[in-house]
Amino acid sequence: MTPSLNTTASGWRRTSGLLALAGLLALCLADLGISEVSPGHELLRMAQGFLSPDFSSTEFLWRAVANTLAFAWQGTALGALAGFCMAVCWQWRAVRTVAASLRAVHELFWGLLLLQLTGLSTVTAVLAIAIPYSGIFAKVFGEFLEEANPAPAAALPSRSKALSVFFYARLPLVWQAFKAYGGYRLECAIRASAILGFIGLPTLGFHLETAFREGHYDQGAALLYLFFLIIFTLRWWLRPALIPVYLIAALAWAPPVINIKPAILIRFVTEDLVPAPLRQGGGISELISWLSTLWQQQLWPGLWQTLVLGMGALLVTAVLSLLLFPLISPLFGNRVSRFGGHGLLVVLRTTPEFFLAFFFLILLGPSMLPGILALALHTGAIVAHLTGRFSESLSLRADAPNGLNRYAWEVLPRISPNLLAFLLYRWEVIMRETAVLGILGIHTLGFYIDSSVAEFRFDRTLVLIVATVMLNLLVDALSRGIRKRLRLKPGHGVG
Amino acid sequence: MFQFEQARLGHPGQAVFENLTLHIAKGEHVALLGPSGSGKSTLLAALRQQQADRVAWCPQDADLVPMLSVFHNIYMGALDRQHSLINLRNLIWPSRHQKSAIGEIAAQLGLAEKLFTSVDKLSGGQAQRVALGRAIYSQRQVLLADEPVSSVDEHQGLALLKKILGSHPTAVIALHDRSLALQCCSRVIGLRDGVIALDAPCDSLSLADLDALYQ
Repeated sequence: MTPSLNTTASGWRRTSGLLALAGLLALCLADLGISEVSPGHELLRMAQGFLSPDFSSTEFLWRAVANTLAFAWQGTALGALAGFCMAVCWQWRAVRTVAASLRAVHELFWGLLLLQLTGLSTVTAVLAIAIPYSGIFAKVFGEFLEEANPAPAAALPSRSKALSVFFYARLPLVWQAFKAYGGYRLECAIRASAILGFIGLPTLGFHLETAFREGHYDQGAALLYLFFLIIFTLRWWLRPALIPVYLIAALAWAPPVINIKPAILIRFVTEDLVPAPLRQGGGISELISWLSTLWQQQLWPGLWQTLVLGMGALLVTAVLSLLLFPLISPLFGNRVSRFGGHGLLVVLRTTPEFFLAFFFLILLGPSMLPGILALALHTGAIVAHLTGRFSESLSLRADAPNGLNRYAWEVLPRISPNLLAFLLYRWEVIMRETAVLGILGIHTLGFYIDSSVAEFRFDRTLVLIVATVMLNLLVDALSRGIRKRLRLKPGHGVG
Repeated sequence: MFQFEQARLGHPGQAVFENLTLHIAKGEHVALLGPSGSGKSTLLAALRQQQADRVAWCPQDADLVPMLSVFHNIYMGALDRQHSLINLRNLIWPSRHQKSAIGEIAAQLGLAEKLFTSVDKLSGGQAQRVALGRAIYSQRQVLLADEPVSSVDEHQGLALLKKILGSHPTAVIALHDRSLALQCCSRVIGLRDGVIALDAPCDSLSLADLDALYQ
């Protein structure tokens, strides 16, 4: 009789096996064709562009950089402020629900909606960043406060006013974490701001899209290099003392002037967003037939494609993370290989997946392949980075094996819980981004959202966006359930 | 087998042994005794460095892979004997041959029931037996062990120690239990503040001689 199997590793293996199976199934169903005739030739041209970037069209370059930064600063500041207010009331379920729905809608979708109200203006860009970020800030700040040590507050004299307790015994405990997270969010906001260019706002992404679409890869490369420069130098120029200066400069460069006629807002909410049959005086039966048509033609195909692409991307992400983390782990390789590994991972995780998908679309033509590659390379680099950093805390015994044996026997079992937790955290983000890639022409939910906006059918837009929110909440709940069941601890540095 | 001539051992910048001269011959079973901080672990690490490829290593806190089963942790003693791909196969799907070979070792150590239980679900004493199992399965000539039975009760400790010494012709074992040392080993080396304070065959020593080390 063989003794029964009762190992911690087997639980993780089962879960990752099931997820991998789902991913494999998705990859079988996904359209992975390459429709571009000569991707090699295009890649060569792109590489030439990257080797000889053209910084000569300086005027629009600097303008785009300034806009990108101004929108990011204002969006982050507003988002942090609103998120902080929500975090203070984090114990209320209603607040948590509002925050969850705000962050479940991607910046680009907020942008598409706001464009209808405030046009191509600073306000549109700032709110498109600030609204979802307030939800993210609320969650992170709220959880910091929840996890902070309650003892200092409990030790205060009874009958101290809640406000004083908060500022004396709660806030100081988490202030450092708030600041660090704010810095990280600003970096995300710069990325988001750049991407908003793809829906027409005058940021780096706008010029990047134009340059690449027209084949001016040298100009596009210059824009991308500038973008990298801003992100890589962030830690030097982002000083707490300078924050007010940056904020004032951002406001002065792009003042967020709201000029919206109340009539437009009222019309948008009370007419444009109302389902067509109801607007035209129809009843429930018309509404149901409208919904079922929408379901058949857009909702279901969009949801299905989003799910297929997202699950496929999750699997490829996992494989890439497993392959890439040894590149930066001190347990493998040497100084030179780790330096190269860090360089590769930094570039991949700094380039937004949206940009990557755009490049791959140009190279390979429209199919799911560009989307899967982009999501997996970007997310895989993030997870590999976090896993590699985590592996620094492992100390192996003096007689530990090397090479493949070390990887499979000593390291992989030890990093598995963290790797799995990182991947499950990122699952929701992958789904969110998958939906958004539709704006580039991949037939996920974002494609139908973008088309409905173009056709001024905002009632459809609303239903489709609600569908992305539901999908996100579902994936989030699933991911949380799995983490809880496997007792996976949240890893450090997960954003 | 092992020799040090006026060697300086320790961590960079801080020597534990200023001037160590020591010879250990093949076939000796040496017990290392001494109060904590006397240099036992440092000496074991230095011994290991001299013969890294012939040593079955059993460090103080076992250092097993906690989420893997007893089977896998014992198998790890033989990773260098097989091709990496065969090792990979046994990680995912243990072969019948390996299961019976390692099952036998586990049974001798009282772990038969737990063969496919992960180490994080075992007690400290059981984990120490797994570490000993790994050392046995490595089938190497020399055992270097640091307090290998500290979490096992005295009676079982004696049986375990005899078992493991039976599978390694040469051994150096750091112990804190003086009577265990006298019962199992052939030679005792007593350390104190980085100096060899005592070095004698076991049959010439009494418990009282050893007590002097700790005073």
